[in-house]
Amino acid sequence: MTTQPKKARVSTTVNGQPVDVLVAPYQSLLEMLREVLGLTGTKEGCNDGNCGACTVSLDGRIVDSCLVLGAEADGKRVDTIEGMARPEGLHPLQQAFLEEAALQCGICTPGFLVAARALLEREPHPSEERIRLWLAGNLCRCTGYDKIVGAVRKAAALDGAGNGRAAG
Amino acid sequence: MTITEKPQQQYKVIGTRPIRHDGLEKVTGRAVYGADVKFPGLLWGAVLRSPHAHARIKKLDVSKAAKMPGVFAVMTGADLVDLESKLVDMGEEIDNLAYTTKKLMADDKVVYKGHPVAAVAAVDLNTAQEALKLIAVAYEPLPVVLTVEEAMAPGAPLVLDDLVGEHLTGEARNTNIAKHTRYEFGDTAKGFARAAVTVERTFKLTMVHQGYIEPQNATAQWNQDGKLTVWTSTQGAFNVRDAVASILKMPESNIRVIPLEIGGGFGGKIPIYLEPVAAVLARKAGRPVKLVMDRKSVFEATGPTPGGTIRVKVGADSAGNITAAEADLRYEAGAYPGSPVGAGAQCIFAPYRLPNSRIDAYDVVVNKPKTAAYRAPGATQAAFAMESVVDEVAERLGIDPLEFRLRNASREGDRRADGPIFPRIGNVQVLQAAKRSAQWNAPLGAPSAPHKKRGRGVANGFWFNGGMKSSCNLAVNKDGTVAMVEGSVDIGGTRASIAMQAAEVLGIPAEDVHPTVGDTDTVGQTDVTGGSRTTFATGYAAYLAATNVVKQMMGRAAKLWEIDESGIEFKDGTFFSKSDPELRLTFKQVAEKLDETGGPLSATGTVNMRGAGGAFSTQIADVEVDTETGKVDVLRWTVVQDVGKAIHPAYVEGQMQGGAAQGIGWALNEEYFWDDKGNMHNSSFLDYRMPTALDLPKIETVLVEVPNPNHPYGVRGVGEAPIVAPVAAIANALRDALGTRFTETPMKPSRVLAAIKGGTLDGAATAASSNGASRRGRR
Ligand code: FES
Ligand code: FES
Repeated sequence: MTTQPKKARVSTTVNGQPVDVLVAPYQSLLEMLREVLGLTGTKEGCNDGNCGACTVSLDGRIVDSCLVLGAEADGKRVDTIEGMARPEGLHPLQQAFLEEAALQCGICTPGFLVAARALLEREPHPSEERIRLWLAGNLCRCTGYDKIVGAVRKAAALDGAGNGRAAG
Repeated sequence: MTITEKPQQQYKVIGTRPIRHDGLEKVTGRAVYGADVKFPGLLWGAVLRSPHAHARIKKLDVSKAAKMPGVFAVMTGADLVDLESKLVDMGEEIDNLAYTTKKLMADDKVVYKGHPVAAVAAVDLNTAQEALKLIAVAYEPLPVVLTVEEAMAPGAPLVLDDLVGEHLTGEARNTNIAKHTRYEFGDTAKGFARAAVTVERTFKLTMVHQGYIEPQNATAQWNQDGKLTVWTSTQGAFNVRDAVASILKMPESNIRVIPLEIGGGFGGKIPIYLEPVAAVLARKAGRPVKLVMDRKSVFEATGPTPGGTIRVKVGADSAGNITAAEADLRYEAGAYPGSPVGAGAQCIFAPYRLPNSRIDAYDVVVNKPKTAAYRAPGATQAAFAMESVVDEVAERLGIDPLEFRLRNASREGDRRADGPIFPRIGNVQVLQAAKRSAQWNAPLGAPSAPHKKRGRGVANGFWFNGGMKSSCNLAVNKDGTVAMVEGSVDIGGTRASIAMQAAEVLGIPAEDVHPTVGDTDTVGQTDVTGGSRTTFATGYAAYLAATNVVKQMMGRAAKLWEIDESGIEFKDGTFFSKSDPELRLTFKQVAEKLDETGGPLSATGTVNMRGAGGAFSTQIADVEVDTETGKVDVLRWTVVQDVGKAIHPAYVEGQMQGGAAQGIGWALNEEYFWDDKGNMHNSSFLDYRMPTALDLPKIETVLVEVPNPNHPYGVRGVGEAPIVAPVAAIANALRDALGTRFTETPMKPSRVLAAIKGGTLDGAATAASSNGASRRGRR
C-alpha cells in the first residue's frame, strides 16, 4: 500500500504568465504542463527523452520536458507551443510550416516549432546542414523531414518559396 | 516535378497547394489528440503485461490491488467474454474476433512478451501503476518459437493449441502454419529451362515497427442508459465501434466512437488494443477511464510488420526477357494468425509481365506481438527479395537495371501473377521517368574520403491501393461557404484533399469548404484511413455530395428566375441561363437566397469503391559506405511515382518522402532485436533507431500522373507505394558500392562491416561476380 507523496508548490512563469501550481515530486514538467495546467499542446511520444515531441523552452534553453521534473521549473520561465503565436498573428515559423506543408499528422509539430524557434533566435540564418543537426533531437515519422527543413529555411528567409519542395 | 499524361484537364482547385484547413490548430498546439482529452472524474488505467513470451498462467490474484486506496476497478481476461471465431474486416486486415479478444487480454496463456494480463483504473496514473505491483501472477514458462523456421520445424512447440491451419485446400491441426496459399500460372519448369541466366536467393527480414510518434490511447465513458462513448486515436472510428460492439456483445448503435486527432498510424492504428479495456474498466468503476500506452508497450505489444524468410528465383533468356519466376514467402504473423503475407505474395511479381510463375505464401504464428498493417503491408519485404534478384539477373546479362525492368514491365491488360488483369497503370511511365530523372543522369561523384565507396541502386515497387466505404455530408451556408462532415480520420492532410474535390465541383475556393471529421454518430459508415484509399474513396463521396449540391442549387436558381431547371447550366462556379445571358448568379449569390427558395440545402455522398488503381513507385538511391565503420550514408534519393492525379501536390510529395524515409530506416537501422527467450532488447527510440533529419538527404520527388479511369479526377492512392522499393534500392546500391549482395535486413554498420571484411555477420553473401563494383558504365 502506498501513500501519495506530498505535493510541492512550484512558482513559475509559463508563456509569460506567472503561475503557482502543486506538483507531486515524481511529476515531470511535461506532466505538470499537460495534466496540471491543461497545456496539452506539448506532446508525449516516448517519455524518455528520445523523440522531442515534448520540447519546451526552459529559461531560453530547449529541453525535453519529460526529462525535467516539474519542481525544477520553480523560479524559471517555461515557454511552450501555446505561447508561440501572438494575438496579431502566427510566428513566422508557424506560418512557414503551414505554407510548406511541413506537417502530416502534426504530433511532432509543436516540438519542432519550439526547437526551431530556439535555433533561429540564436542563429537567424542557419545552413541546411545546421538545421538538420539542430533538429536531430526531434523525431518525425511522417514527413521524411524535407518539408520541415524547407519551412525552417523559409522562415529564416534564406530563400524563396520553392526550396522546401522537391524537384525531379 | 510533375509529369502529366495528355490530355490534361484544367482545374481551378485541384493541383493547387492551399493551406490545410486543420493546419492552424496543429501549429498552435490547439488540436486535440487522443491523449489530450480530460473529463471531470476521469480515472487513469494501467495494464499489467506478461514478462514471458510464452507461458501458462497458473495463478492470477488481483485482490490486493483491488483493495488499494485510489483504485476503482481491476479487470482480467475473465472480464472479456469468450467469443466464437468470427472474422471481421478491419479495413487493411482481417481479424479473428476470438483471437482479438485474447490479444487484448490473455486467458490462461500468454503468447508474447507484453501480452496484457490484467488492468486497473485508479485516481491517477501513479496509483494505477503502483496497484499493478500488487497483482500476483504465477507463470509456468513454455518453450518459445521465434522464427518461421523454428515454428515450421516438425515437432515445434505450438503457439496456439486450438489453431486450425488452412493449408492449400485442406485443414491442419497441431501446426504453427495458419495458412498456406499458392498462386500458379504457366509452367515454371519449362520457363526456367529456357533461361540463359537464373538467380535464386533467400532473404531474411526482421520485424520493424511503424514508429508513429503518438502512442495508442483510449478513453471510455458510460451513460446511465447503457450507452458507451469512446475517444481514441484510430485510423477508423467505425471499425473500432464494430469491434468493440462484438467484443462487449452490445449493439453497435449503443457505442459512439469519437476519433480524435491521430499522431501517425501507418496501419498500426487499425487494430484495437485499449478501447475495450477502457470500456470494461469504466463500466466497473462507474467513471470515465483513460488509457495511454507507454513507448515500451507500443514496441512490445502493438503490431509491427513481420520478419520472415523469402526465397525468390528468377530466370531470363539472353535477350533479357524473364521466362519464369518463383517465390516462397514465409512471414511471422506474431502470436495470432494474420500476417500480410497474402499481400506480399500478390505484390511480389506485380511490376513484371511473367509467362510462368509460382508463389507460395505461409502465414506462421510465433511468440511475438501480433503483426499489424504497416504501409503497403507485406510488400516491402517482398520487393526487397524480388528487386534484389531482378537486379542480379540484369547485372549478369549486362543489361542496365532500369532497361531490364522496362523490358519486362507489366502494362494494362497484363495478368498479375496472382490472377487479376491490370487496368490502366503507370508502371512503364514511372520507369521511363526514372530513366530521365536528374539523379539517374547525374554522376555519382567521387567518394568523400579514400576509405569510402559509393554506389547507386534502383528498385521498383507496387501497391494495390484500397477502395471500400466512405461517406460525406455537405451543407451550404448562406454566405456561400460549405460545411463538410466526412468520415475519414485525417492522418496527413486529407481534410484538405477531400474538401478540394468538393470545392472543384462547386466552383468555390478550397478555403470555402470547411471540413470536419465526423464520429460514428454524425456521418455514414466510413472505413479506415488506410490502404491509400482516403483521397480516392472519401474524395469520391465528397464529389458525389457536391454534384448533388450543384443540382439542388440549380433548382434554386430556376426558382429565382422562374424558368425551368433544364435551361440552366453551371460552370466555373456560376449558374447561368442557356438562353438569357442576363441571368447569371454565382454559387455564393444563389446561397444568399436559400431562405427565399426553400430553406436549408444539404447533400450526402456515399460510396463503396472498387478500382482504386494500383501505384508503382521507382526509387533511386545514392549511398556512400564508410569501409572502416560499415556506416552507410544516403547521399541522394529520388522517388518517382504514378500518383494518378495529385489533388494537393505538396501532400502527395510528403507521402512519397515519408514513405521513402521509413523505407530507408528499415533498410539501414531498424529492427526488433530479440534474445532467445523472445524479449525485445531495444524497445525505446534510443535503441530502435529511426531516421532523424540528419540521417536523410533531401528526398526528390517526380510525380507521374497517369489518371485512374475509376475516379472523376483520376485519383490513385499515393500513401503506401513509396515504402515498397527503398529497402531493395539500398541493397542494390550497396551491391554497386561494395560488390556484395545483402540478403538480410537491416544493413546496419556491423553487418556491412562484416561483409567488407570478407565474412558474413549472418547472411551477407559475397558476390561471385568477377567484375566487381560499379560495372554499369553509366559513370
Ligand atoms: S516525450 Fe519527451 S522526448 Fe519523447
Ligand atoms: S507529422 Fe507525423 S510525426 Fe511528424
